[in-house]
Amino acid sequence: MKELFEKDTWQEIFGSISKNRVRTVITMIGVLWGIFIYITLSGTAKGLDNGFEKAFASISSNSLFVWGQYTSLPYKGYKARRGIRLKVGDVEIIKKRVPEIEFIAPRNVRGVFGSSGGNVVRGSKTGTYAIYGEYPEYIKIATSKVYDGGRFINENDMTFSRKVCVIGERTLKELFEKGEKPIGKFISINSITFKVIGVHKFVQGGGFGDDGDIYIPFVTFKDLFNSGDNVGFFMMSAYKDADVVKVEKEVKSVLKDIHNINPDDEEGLGAFNLGKVFNDTLNFVNGLSFLSLIVGLVTILAGVIGIGNILLISVNERTKEIGIRRALGATPRQVRNQILIESIFLTLIAGIIGIILATIVLFSINYGTKDLTDFPYTNPTVPLRFIFGALFLMISLGCLIGMIPAQKALKIRPIEALREE
Amino acid sequence: MINIKDLHKSYKMGSNSLHVLKGINFSVKEGELVAIMGSSGSGKSTLLNIIGMLDNYDKGSYELDDILIKDLNETKAANYRNKFLGFVFQSFNLINYKSAVDNVILPLYYQGIKRKEREKTALDYLDNVGLKNWASHLPSELSGGQKQRVAIARAMVSKPKVLLADEPTGALDSNTSSEVMSLIQKINNSGKTILVVTHEEDIAKMCKRIVKLKDGVIVEDKKIKQKVL
Repeated sequence: MKELFEKDTWQEIFGSISKNRVRTVITMIGVLWGIFIYITLSGTAKGLDNGFEKAFASISSNSLFVWGQYTSLPYKGYKARRGIRLKVGDVEIIKKRVPEIEFIAPRNVRGVFGSSGGNVVRGSKTGTYAIYGEYPEYIKIATSKVYDGGRFINENDMTFSRKVCVIGERTLKELFEKGEKPIGKFISINSITFKVIGVHKFVQGGGFGDDGDIYIPFVTFKDLFNSGDNVGFFMMSAYKDADVVKVEKEVKSVLKDIHNINPDDEEGLGAFNLGKVFNDTLNFVNGLSFLSLIVGLVTILAGVIGIGNILLISVNERTKEIGIRRALGATPRQVRNQILIESIFLTLIAGIIGIILATIVLFSINYGTKDLTDFPYTNPTVPLRFIFGALFLMISLGCLIGMIPAQKALKIRPIEALREE
Repeated sequence: MINIKDLHKSYKMGSNSLHVLKGINFSVKEGELVAIMGSSGSGKSTLLNIIGMLDNYDKGSYELDDILIKDLNETKAANYRNKFLGFVFQSFNLINYKSAVDNVILPLYYQGIKRKEREKTALDYLDNVGLKNWASHLPSELSGGQKQRVAIARAMVSKPKVLLADEPTGALDSNTSSEVMSLIQKINNSGKTILVVTHEEDIAKMCKRIVKLKDGVIVEDKKIKQKVL
C-alpha cells in the first residue's frame, strides 16, 4: 500500500498512461460515460420525484375528490340519467361508515367548471374571481398556507355565517395598493361586503384553482349563492397508511347507498383520486430510479471491462518493458501493483470526471427548467451515498478487472521478454 | 565470484527435449573480464541467462559469491538480480518514454532507495559514462553508443557484483564499439567482474580471458593478453 503515497509510483503510472494518450482517453470515456449516465439518470429521476412532490404539495398526497354526476342505470324506481346532488348531511354518514377518512370538507364553487365567478369590488378596483364555500377542514387537507397575520375560516365563522373571506395573492395585488395591509379591510363580493381575514399562498398542482381564488365560509356561500344544502364536491383525505383505492370504493358505495344509485353504476359519481395518481406517479419515479440504477451499473461495468481490455493490450505491448523492469530487479508484486494502480487510477479519474460532467448537466437542466412551473422537475440531486457507492463499485471493479492484465504481466518471464527479435 | 559445476540445461520442445548445456564447469574470479564466445546455438546465451538468474537449470550447481543459486522463486530472483547483477543488452533495452537519468534510476527505485539520493547517484553514474549533459534526454534523442553507455550506467548504478553484457556491441559500428568496450575495460580496471557474450573475435580480444562454447560444452578456456584501448 505504501506505493500509493510515493511520487515515483505515480510518475511510473503517468509515464505509461501518457505514452498512449489517445488510447487512454478513449478507454476512460467508457467509464466516464457509464457514471455520467448513472448520475444523470438518477439525478433526473430524483428531480422528477421532487417535482411531482412539489406539484402535489398543495394538497395532501392521500386526498380524494368526489362529486355527483348523472346516473346511467335505473335503480329502486328511479330512472337513469338522473342528476345526483351531494348534500352536506352526507359528511356525517361518510365519516361514520368510512373510518379511514381523516378529514372531509364539502366544497362549493362559483367561477370554475363553467359557472360565473363573483364580481368583486374594492373602491375603484374590480375583478371577477372564483368564489369557494369552504369548511374549516379544507385547510387541513389542502396544504396551502395562510400568510402570517391572517387566518383561515374557523368554526365561529360557520356558526355565525360571518361575511369573511380569505383572498389569493393575485386578488391582493389587483385589489389593493402595493404594500397595503389587507387584513381587516373590506371588499364586496356580488354587492355583499366581506371582511378580509387572510391571504393564502397558492401552490400549483391540484388541477384547478389559482392564485385569485377567494374562500368564504360554506354557510355564507349558501346564503350568497342560494345553494341550500347542496355540495359541489367533497374533498377528503385518508389517514397516512390507508389504502386510497379502497377508501375511494368505500366512499362511493356509501354515497351510492345514500343517494339511491345502482351499486354497479359507474357514472353516478365522479371521483378523482389524487392519492392514487400520486402513488402511481411515485411508482413510476421509483421505477425510473431503479431503471437508472440498472442502466448506470451496467454501463459502468461495460466501461470498466473496457479498461481491463485496454490494460490487457497494453500489457501485451509492454511485454518487453516489463521484462526489462524484471531484469532490473522489479519483483512480481511491484509489477502487479503498478498495473493494478493504473487500472484503479484510470477508473477513478474517469469516474470523477463523469460525476463532474453529470453534475454540470443536472445543474443546467435544473437552471433551464426552474421557471417552468408546469414541468415537474425540481432540484435534481443524487444522494452522496449513491455517488460514493458508485465510486466504491468502480474501484472494486477496477481492481478486479485490473487483476487480469496484472496476472498476465506476472506471467511475463524476463528471459522471453528480452529475447532479441 | 562465479562457480559453476556440471551444469545441465535442456528445453522441452513438445515431445522432444533439446539438451542445450551439457555439463559446464566454469568459474570466474573477482575482477576478471571474460568473453564468452560461440556460434548461435552453442548455448552461450543460455549460460548467460542462467548466470543472470533469468533462467533455471536442471542439474549441477551455480554459486554466485558463495551463494547457491537454485530454484529461486520470482521475488527472490528479482531481489538477487537487483543486488548482485547488472545487465547490458545488445538492443540497449532502455525504456523509451523515460529520460536517460530516469532509466538509470530504475534499479535504485526497485531497491527502495530514497528519491533524492538515487537521483544524485544516477547523475554520478551518468557522469562516469560521460553523459551528464544528456541526463534529461529521451533514448530516442541519443545515438546508439550513447544509449549503450546509459544502459551501462544503469547496470552499474546498483553496484552489482557481476556485470553481464550480452552482445553489447552487436548493434554498434566499430568506432562506437571501441568506445563502449573502452568503458567496459575502465569499469573492469576498477575491480568489477564482467562477463561479455560476443561472437566477434576483436571484441573478445579486448577481454582478459576467452571461453569458447560449442554444442553445449566448453571447448576452450584461455587467458589472453588484453588489447587495451
